[in-house]
Amino acid sequence: MVGASLAGLSAARSLRKQGFDGRLVIIGDEIHRPYDRPPLSKEFLAGGIGEADLALEMDGEDLGAEWLLGTRAAGLDRTERAVRLVGGGEDGREIRADGFVIATGAAARQLPGSDGLAGVHVLRTLDDARALRDELAQGGRLVVIGGGFIGAEVASTAHALGLDVTVVEAAPTPLAGPLGEDMGRIVSALHVDHGVRLLCGVGVKGLSGESRVDAVLLEDGRTVPADIVVVGVGARPCVEWLEGSGVVLDNGVKCGADGRTSLAGVVAVGDCASWYDPRAGIHRRVEHWTGAQERPAAAVATLLAGGAVEPGVPRPPYFWSDQYGVKIQFAGHAAGADSVTVEEGAPDDRNVLAVYRRAGHPVAVLGMNQPRLFTRWRKQLAAMTS
Amino acid sequence: MIPACRLVDLPRGEAFRLDIDPPVSVFHTDDGELFAIDDTCTHQDASLADGWLEGCEVECPLHASKFDLRTGAVDAPPAKLPVRTHEVLVEDGMIYVQVSTDAPNLPPCVASRLAGGPA
Ligand SMILES: Cc1cc2nc3c(=O)[nH]c(=O)nc-3n(C[C@H](O)[C@H](O)[C@H](O)COP(=O)(O)OP(=O)(O)OC[C@H]3O[C@@H](n4cnc5c(N)ncnc54)[C@H](O)[C@@H]3O)c2cc1C
Ligand code: FES
Repeated sequence: MVGASLAGLSAARSLRKQGFDGRLVIIGDEIHRPYDRPPLSKEFLAGGIGEADLALEMDGEDLGAEWLLGTRAAGLDRTERAVRLVGGGEDGREIRADGFVIATGAAARQLPGSDGLAGVHVLRTLDDARALRDELAQGGRLVVIGGGFIGAEVASTAHALGLDVTVVEAAPTPLAGPLGEDMGRIVSALHVDHGVRLLCGVGVKGLSGESRVDAVLLEDGRTVPADIVVVGVGARPCVEWLEGSGVVLDNGVKCGADGRTSLAGVVAVGDCASWYDPRAGIHRRVEHWTGAQERPAAAVATLLAGGAVEPGVPRPPYFWSDQYGVKIQFAGHAAGADSVTVEEGAPDDRNVLAVYRRAGHPVAVLGMNQPRLFTRWRKQLAAMTS
Repeated sequence: MIPACRLVDLPRGEAFRLDIDPPVSVFHTDDGELFAIDDTCTHQDASLADGWLEGCEVECPLHASKFDLRTGAVDAPPAKLPVRTHEVLVEDGMIYVQVSTDAPNLPPCVASRLAGGPA
């Protein structure tokens, strides 16, 4: 098992649940036991919960696994059927196995040229979140580069902590990719509702500052003063270590509808994996918590059966986000919808249940503070597509 | 015994939330069984009555932890603690709940609010 976070842990649990009683080795780059990332931009960043609350393992849970933490997989040798390790006192060691689960997730994209400038942060790991939390506690002016979910959540948390916040987004409408133009506009209006500045349709040229950042320079010539900068411009799959291994890569590990890769005995799950979506007929890399949690069961079944099981159709992808006290939930795929209708609530009240349809058939649903109706629609969506 | 609702008003696959403190929900499964558990998820402030009922399990509407209606046990994080289960009784077409005397496992945000602390 390579990668010791949500997808890796879920796969390890599934292996034991599905009867695998052999030796299980879990290799993880971070020194931490598996922890939950969503709170890193929300309650943990706000100081509402501590590190112990982030643990993904249950009290007393024992999967009978050997954990090699602080150890990175540097390569996969298909003929030797072995993973090569670096770090954690394991340098150069090779671990042979009959089956491999790749769960190496994704890493935050950096802004070119921001290396070594104090006050500039990305947010993906616990260590990132600790550093950012400590800086936010000093207060000041925060500029968030990127109006996606993680950027928006950081803006919301920092605003609640009393910082002066500006969000800069290159696209004309934030979140237009995942939510479509109309709903992206409504959800991102939450910033403005709360007095957070939102600058859209303008790219970032660079950062200024000697040893510490003091401003963000925009492509239209404007300068936005900053004491802290958070770069939230997406994540790239951690799959470089697989180059040359024979595992086919294409925006992550290219997988079948059950997580199988191009190599027998190797499956991939979570943010690093681009599973085939039988409904849409394309591969998609889904970067959501529930995907990393649910899909490993299918991948592990495939691994244990030697690829002899018929893949079921996974539930439509689902994610949530919490911003400015509003619970945002989304299921399905907005791309490809030809209409969006508000079924309940009012956009202006930031309380909405909206259904995306294609040729009259629901393909996605968005809720803002509508958990009950949202769950009903999500269920309906799953029933229609299974 | 607290009266909840009439059995005819709670179709299979539905849940009824009793607005007591802390709230309790009665679930009517697709197989026709009735169960009562604490309504508030042990992870955060979500109402399990709004969740996804499948067999004898309800999935939290927010972050997908599943609770077993028979035992209150949780299958996987983010929630880590079980919910309490309560006895259910039907008499003359009316559903009654006998609320457990155990201490509830409320999420930190709700527990501090009930204790009069900051929400
Ligand atoms: C701040 C933040 C907020 C989020 N909020 C939400 C949310 O509200 N809702 C939602 O649905 N999703 C959210 N997500 C997304 C969700 O957390 C991810 O989908 C989930 O963590 C994916 O799990 P994973 O195990 O696939 O990958 P990851 O969690 O990225 O874990 C991969 C692990 O593999 C390790 N690794 C990488 N390369 C190697 C190597 N070569 N050798 C060994 N180990 C390696 C990494 O160090 C890491 O520990 C959020 C993510 C972040 C960062
Ligand atoms: S609130 Fe129920 S799992 Fe998070």
